[in-house]
Amino acid sequence: MSTVGMSVTLGTTTSAVAIDDVSVRFQSKRTEVTAIGQVSLDVAPGEFVSIVGPSGCGKSTLLKLVSGLLKPSSGSVTLLGEEVRGPRHDIGFVFQRAALLEWRSARKNILLQAEMRGMNAAEAGKRADELIEMTGLAGFENALPHELSGGMQQRVALCRALLHQPRVLLMDEPFGALDALTREQMNVELHRVWRETGTTVLLVTHSIAESVYLANRVIVLTQRPAVVKEVIEVDLPAERDYSATMARAEFAAATAHIRDLLGAVTGHD
Amino acid sequence: MKPVSGDRWRGVVERTWRPAALLATCLAIWHLITVSGLVEAYLVPSPSKTFQLLVDKWSYLWGHTWVTTYETILGFVIAGILGVLVAVAMVYSRTIESTAYPLLLFAQVIPKIAIAPLFVVWLGFGFEPKVVVAVLMAFFPVVISTVTGLKSVDTEMLELSATMGGGPIKTFVKIRFPAALPHLFAGLKVAVTLAVTGAVVGEFVGSNEGLGYVILQANGNMDTPMLFAGLIVISVVGILLFLLLDLAEQLMLPWHSSRRGAAVTTLLAKGGT
Ligand SMILES: Nc1ncnc2c1ncn2[C@@H]1O[C@H](COP(=O)(O)OP(=O)(O)OP(=O)(O)O)[C@@H](O)[C@H]1O
Ligand SMILES: [Mg+2]
Repeated sequence: MSTVGMSVTLGTTTSAVAIDDVSVRFQSKRTEVTAIGQVSLDVAPGEFVSIVGPSGCGKSTLLKLVSGLLKPSSGSVTLLGEEVRGPRHDIGFVFQRAALLEWRSARKNILLQAEMRGMNAAEAGKRADELIEMTGLAGFENALPHELSGGMQQRVALCRALLHQPRVLLMDEPFGALDALTREQMNVELHRVWRETGTTVLLVTHSIAESVYLANRVIVLTQRPAVVKEVIEVDLPAERDYSATMARAEFAAATAHIRDLLGAVTGHD
Repeated sequence: MKPVSGDRWRGVVERTWRPAALLATCLAIWHLITVSGLVEAYLVPSPSKTFQLLVDKWSYLWGHTWVTTYETILGFVIAGILGVLVAVAMVYSRTIESTAYPLLLFAQVIPKIAIAPLFVVWLGFGFEPKVVVAVLMAFFPVVISTVTGLKSVDTEMLELSATMGGGPIKTFVKIRFPAALPHLFAGLKVAVTLAVTGAVVGEFVGSNEGLGYVILQANGNMDTPMLFAGLIVISVVGILLFLLLDLAEQLMLPWHSSRRGAAVTTLLAKGGT
């Protein structure tokens, strides 16, 4: 099943996500906004793809297309071999804000996923406990969201998105609200989770360092209407120690190149 | 959990001494006015005389208090259930919303005291017309607050729910309705005080029992101590029902952050009306 690091060109049939000549126009009373120009993108199963681009260029829109929360104006999206026509349930979604239910404890927030899907309660409970352990939330299972730090809330959202073992994980600036240090820790954790689960990940981020550290490929989008400006293959070993990776010449080259492409000081690093 | 802080009782004292002091001051001013001779005794009875009457005529007042309380609670419960149902229908259907809103507004702005006689004509002198007026008074705030609450839910939360595939019913039960509860309770608290007013207004128009009747009788007999006593009992009923809802809210929504022993303060803010 694991195809991480495969160098063969993958056809549409084997892609986890295939975005095919998609464009999106938003129409309101007075204006028409073309959010996405013409974007095509293939993501292999198990691959980690980061998406960066200027603010308002259509990154969130792209993830909503993949999840089926939004329909493209033209073109098509195929997820796990099936064309996306409405909201898809075979994904995990993490938003920029944790979006937790404030009356539910951390554990119960994670288990919302199971309740909505009608999963077996005992199995889901076991899996939730594993995830809580894995993301370092142990001891805070029963805390309410307002009793958790921002980083912990994001971990809860991550656990919730992973509970049903989705084959595709979509993340929209999941660590945008965190301080630099917590963010690094979360990056290391996400990297480990990804290596352990073999999930396909699409990550939208504003942090260039984050995009390179985590990904197999970084997609750089242009200003709105977004088109793919360049695809950067990240030439780093699969096993990535944080500070060692940061110190590598390939890492510096990739981040410098992306910063150039974005044309200015877009990142926070 | 809250940050650990000193003695629990100190918190209670902290919260209650101001309103208690205010109440004491009002009583003192009332007392001073009556003993000063500025106002004739038959116009404003002294606090002591009023409370004496409350004690002496307690069994008489008690029966009427029950009648009014019963009408109030019945009206409030009906308004609560109807209000929530209508609000849900309005939030889920544009058509229902646009159809119901003008009607709702009409029902709200029409003076209840003016249509109350009509209900007496239709429903007689029993408790029914009072309950109807109480429902009419209490209904609007419940609908408005529930609609606001149901619409206040985070769109991201709803999108998330769509990706979890729970369907509309689970989304409503597990996300939308609980999220609306703080708003709903705010509406219910306003509604219960209005329901008291509604019941009393209903009694004014045509009745031979209830606190509204007591006040009307006392008025006719120029019995100002009884009039004051009636007013006090009505206020106490309203305050107790309000506090009961506040307690229910604290028990049901311990997570709601705006709740920090705010009951007494909210109450005082409304006390003037
Ligand atoms: N529902 C909508 N209706 C109208 N316009 C929209 C809607 N959603 C997004 N847009 C527009 O589409 C464009 C892309 O929005 P999107 O949220 O995808 O940007 P983004 O790349 O995620 O930005 P950011 O990095 O700031 O989050 C924006 O110009 C936005 O105004
Ligand atoms: Mg965005």
